[in-house]
Amino acid sequence: MTWPAILALAAGVYAMKAIGPVVVRRRELPERWRAMTGLVAVPMLAALIVVQTVTDGPRFVADARLPAVAVAAVAVWRGAPFAVTVALAAATSALLHALV
Amino acid sequence: MLTRALAIGLATGAYGLSFGALAVAAGLSLAQAVAMSAFVFTGATQLSVVGALAAGGAAAPAVASGLVLASRHVAYGVAVAPVLPGTLRARLLAAHLVIDESTAMARAQPDPRRARVAFWATGASVFAFWNAATIAGALIGSAIADPAALGLDAVFPAAFVALLSPRLATGPARRAALAGAAIAVALVPVAPAGVPVLAAIAATLVAAPAARRP
Repeated sequence: MTWPAILALAAGVYAMKAIGPVVVRRRELPERWRAMTGLVAVPMLAALIVVQTVTDGPRFVADARLPAVAVAAVAVWRGAPFAVTVALAAATSALLHALV
Repeated sequence: MLTRALAIGLATGAYGLSFGALAVAAGLSLAQAVAMSAFVFTGATQLSVVGALAAGGAAAPAVASGLVLASRHVAYGVAVAPVLPGTLRARLLAAHLVIDESTAMARAQPDPRRARVAFWATGASVFAFWNAATIAGALIGSAIADPAALGLDAVFPAAFVALLSPRLATGPARRAALAGAAIAVALVPVAPAGVPVLAAIAATLVAAPAARRP
């Protein structure tokens, strides 16, 4: 199941990257279209955060992930680099797992 | 400029290290994690698919979400196309290096010649560090016995917080984020795994018309 998924992803992402350099070359995209492609990742990332922080299958749960992600949000807000943010979240969750 | 390209590569290396460790913790083999970084080569998409598989989601919605998340590369490719070299072979190779970092560096240059150098230098630097770091991360991840004890359950959502934050600079983006989260919350109890995230794309339509107005 994993290999076909990786191949499909690789082919799809390459095709999208190649539209500009290989097909379009020197033309400009319509403004509205550019705004849409720039924005589409935003609601998906927001949805991913919600789903992976407070759900377990079809249920909502509040476990160690919630305070850990809150710590990550504060770290990002204070300008912490990516690796530090992720490490702080993992440490928070690990600590809570060890205590509870 | 070359120093800058190296520094950007080094920074994404830290991110690649996390990806490698997470991919293995999510159940991918070393070869699968490495193949993903070499051939998919776009961080947010790789993380979202691995995260969805780790959460027990089906492959099809995970791949569909990952591809939609990667759709911004169409705009990146179009943005850098004018400064890329003329031969088809060079353009086919350049296409693989079209990522957030190489596009941003190329667009920041004052003339096409420097933009071309910046694109290749940044793309090659990030590709080298990203893949080397993925291998290292996957090896470290394989050596860890119990991922849950290390708090890896919180790592994916924390990574997405770090990826989302710089994209929230405008009002339409913040509205799209809120609407996307609301759609996901509404669908989680009723829709199969993976569908709530895919459906959140609809929030783009809510926010995009507003993006045109100053």
